[in-house]
Amino acid sequence: MIKEYKTIKEIASPLMVVDGVENVTYDELGELELPNGQVRRCKVLEIEGQKAVVQLFESAQGINLAETKVRFLGHPQQLAVSEDMLGRVFNGMGNPIDGGPDILADAHMDINGLPMNPAARAYPAEFIQTGVSAIDGLNTLVRGQKLPIFSGSGLPHAALAAQIARQARVLGDNETFAVVFAAIGITFEESEYFINEFRRTGAIERTVVFSNLANDPAVERIATPRMALTAAEYLAFEKDMQVLVILTDITNYAEALREISAAKKEVPGRRGYPGYLYTDLATMYERAGRRQGKKGSITMLPILTMPEDDKTHPIPDLTGYITEGQIILSRDLFRKGIIPPVDVLPSLSRLKDKGIGTGKTREDHAGTMNQLFAAYSRGKDAKELMTILGEAALSEDDKLYAKFAEEFEKVYVGQGNSTNRSIEETLNIGWDLLSILPVRELKRIKPEYIEKYLPKK
Amino acid sequence: MSGTITKVSGPLVVAKGLADANVSDVVRVGSQHLIGEILNMTGDSASIQVYEETSGLGPGAEVLTTGMPMSVELGPGMLNNIYDGIQRPLPEMRRLSGDCIARGIDVPALDREKLWKFVPVAKPGDKVITGDVIGTVQETTAILHKIMVPHGIQGTVKSIIAESEHTVTDVVAVVTDEKGIDHDLTMTQRWPVRIARPYARKYVPSRPMNSGQRIIDTMFPIAKGGTAAVPGPFGSGKTVVQHQLAKWSDVDIVIYIGCGERGNEMTDVLMEFPELNDPRNGEPLMKRTVLIANTSDMPVAAREASIYTGITIAEYFRDQGYDVAVLADSTSRWAEALREMSGRLEEMPGEEGYPAYLASRLAQFYERAGVVECLGSDERQGSVTAIGAVSPPGGDISEPVSQATMRIVKVFWALDSSLAYARHFPAINWLTSYSLYLDTLAPWYTAQFGESYMKNREKAMHILQEESELQEIVRLVGQDALSPTDRLTMETAKMIREDFLQQNAFVDEDAYSSYAKQYRLLDLVLKYDAICREALKQDPNLDTLFTIPAREKIGRAKMANAATFEADYAAIEKEMEAEINAVAAGGNNE
Repeated sequence: MIKEYKTIKEIASPLMVVDGVENVTYDELGELELPNGQVRRCKVLEIEGQKAVVQLFESAQGINLAETKVRFLGHPQQLAVSEDMLGRVFNGMGNPIDGGPDILADAHMDINGLPMNPAARAYPAEFIQTGVSAIDGLNTLVRGQKLPIFSGSGLPHAALAAQIARQARVLGDNETFAVVFAAIGITFEESEYFINEFRRTGAIERTVVFSNLANDPAVERIATPRMALTAAEYLAFEKDMQVLVILTDITNYAEALREISAAKKEVPGRRGYPGYLYTDLATMYERAGRRQGKKGSITMLPILTMPEDDKTHPIPDLTGYITEGQIILSRDLFRKGIIPPVDVLPSLSRLKDKGIGTGKTREDHAGTMNQLFAAYSRGKDAKELMTILGEAALSEDDKLYAKFAEEFEKVYVGQGNSTNRSIEETLNIGWDLLSILPVRELKRIKPEYIEKYLPKK
Repeated sequence: MSGTITKVSGPLVVAKGLADANVSDVVRVGSQHLIGEILNMTGDSASIQVYEETSGLGPGAEVLTTGMPMSVELGPGMLNNIYDGIQRPLPEMRRLSGDCIARGIDVPALDREKLWKFVPVAKPGDKVITGDVIGTVQETTAILHKIMVPHGIQGTVKSIIAESEHTVTDVVAVVTDEKGIDHDLTMTQRWPVRIARPYARKYVPSRPMNSGQRIIDTMFPIAKGGTAAVPGPFGSGKTVVQHQLAKWSDVDIVIYIGCGERGNEMTDVLMEFPELNDPRNGEPLMKRTVLIANTSDMPVAAREASIYTGITIAEYFRDQGYDVAVLADSTSRWAEALREMSGRLEEMPGEEGYPAYLASRLAQFYERAGVVECLGSDERQGSVTAIGAVSPPGGDISEPVSQATMRIVKVFWALDSSLAYARHFPAINWLTSYSLYLDTLAPWYTAQFGESYMKNREKAMHILQEESELQEIVRLVGQDALSPTDRLTMETAKMIREDFLQQNAFVDEDAYSSYAKQYRLLDLVLKYDAICREALKQDPNLDTLFTIPAREKIGRAKMANAATFEADYAAIEKEMEAEINAVAAGGNNE
């Protein structure tokens, strides 16, 4: 028998204090029933004696202290999961909004999940070909990795994410895949762009969408990515699917978290974000991965827009400390018309070394990758020097490096959003570009590979 | 004794009715028996930090005290194992609760069933004191585990079993103290993690820890028993540096603490270490390693405990007379856990919300490192070397954790994101890093390799310093403004950076460099500099001088095989000398 309370003492959205409660536990899910019959969700943040501090998931509008009833449901927030979720659209709280029927639940799962035992993880090592050279060649994505896209307002991150979702495949493999897409506080237009992309390519049949748009309550955003990850865990580890999770935009999520933290009057950390932002983000990001003895995997592509393009802002900074690398988009490249504008130097995939080489991509991959990085870095320095001092001030080598950097951006990075390159094509383009440089400069590649792959002039 | 919960706020639980409990006691909370520790007491109510997720806990639930402070179990079975922050074995937890970590699992740290072959060392009638070795167990092929008389016990051995197989809880010896009381000794002992294990005396570190990393061993060495910090922004390679140290350091035991970091990094260690062999004895590295994994998604309070668990295990092996390295990745995450608990306790915050006791806690941790003479009558020596990664927000080391760490540690390997972008790894910046052990270690280097080792180091550092000044000039007026000697300096600096300091952790030939190879390689680069400097007097064509074929060979010299490098380098040296002289003789034909 679930007790109902009419003892709300205080409401300061998104928090509420209920008094005189019994047997209520931390993190328990609750329901509010308004006088007009409307039902809203909430959860327990703190419980002291008979007083519960409760966080609302929806707006506080219309709640009346005297008339509104509160029930506590005896379990944390859950999501009803089943394979029928594929092809459906849900709101940020996990309720269908596409007009279809409710999901016949195969199971109810706690949306907070449980931490994965490090001894049960399988190390991600299977190369995913995204067809994007700047990723495949230099910042290789592997199955089970979490690789965020650090973008800025007005940069084409959505197009890149959609391109990856469309083109990504594991070489020589026919396993079932699924996409879980969580729109977190983004606009209707942005969300529609993704959904239309999925529709256009037919991927919508294998996609689960959780949509919390900009005009939906901010507090709901805390739950949205967790809903998405719970669905992903179910599909990956119960149904053996290869799941790609796209979360956009993490910045909106962190702002919602800050809003609640401020309402709770917590001591703020950097820029007003709560001190536990790192731990909170980690409990989401770490849900990506593979498990020993399980076929499925969760690969995660969170997207975040860096305020003022500042990589040291707490959101990208803490994300970078948790995720296994980052793809950074550059406004300068975008202005030059280079699409996708991936800034390869600060971009990084930490798991690339285990996913490339003989039997995975090609034997020359590691060496050429390091050489391209080093050469592009030096070429960029040379170009900078050239703008200050003029071309005459450069040594012969530096002139070649400057030319290399120019070509590299245009040809290697700037492939456009519709080109799908195989890994061989990507590697060969790399060799073409390296042939601009004198052979003696190619110190990072084994001589036998230079002999085998470098185009003869 | 038991109390009742009155408040739950995340990992913080307040319970009343615990007037007789002690601060720091371990308690079991709620019906699931979650593990917690008492932080503060007010009247009969205790503030408890709970090491597991508290979801589902509410007022009225029971809290039981164990009357024991937070302790670790020490004995055979720790090596080759992976624990969470409060020393619960993760493989065992996986067996009990599946792929995810469920709550309230109670597993002993040491396997109760496993039989170990105990070899007695002491004989009945022997007088023993605390720390004396009464027997040994060959725990792994790499490590002989010494069973010591636990703290507080001394007397005469009344009986000791013969060589035979026993579990860790079987009594292996009985010691009678002066009052005639018998004490049963097993192969295990317990120790509270927040208290440093005692030793006879402490020494100033005087031997280097060989890491096989050129920038560390030659440029910024660390002593066995010393302390170091590795600060750096994300993506600068902190974890790779830590992994390299864990793999190649010439210590007997490595304790690797993954504190609030990525799960896959621990998996990487777990998969890779059993495959890798120690270059000194050919044994798999995992056989000398204890892993402590409290990843970022695991409960935050246990993260706070994890570094104490790690260093206590390290001290226990030190007490057996071993050299131990503790690698903590990352201390910033530990500090954040401290901050979170402090916030929940509503303490007055210090800088950036961190508690005011942050610096003293950090200092206490690092001060547990050192070279000591162990307890026991055989005067054996052991050491604990502590190396902590620091993850400063935005890479800015003016923040409290970096600053508090810098005040304590003696070695500072500053990682630099611009080096990382240029894929210069290890991305340790040679201008901002330092080692305060240079003076104390110099005699060792000189004794082993002669005067020239330290002289070469000084020379190389000087050239790198000069390069950074010359770069300023080049940036303003271009390279042509430099004199030939300055251009040579720039060129040599480039060689030191690219051909010596850069080291690829993922290539077998390069991942580990012996002292001899390090010395010869740097010497080769500096010889090039010296011969060229001599040749400059004849005004040669600089571009030809800097592109002689031998340069490419020097560039690849670090890949030379450990067995043949001496001969290879000698050949390169000869070739280089001939080529430089030929260029010099040709004069400047520009």
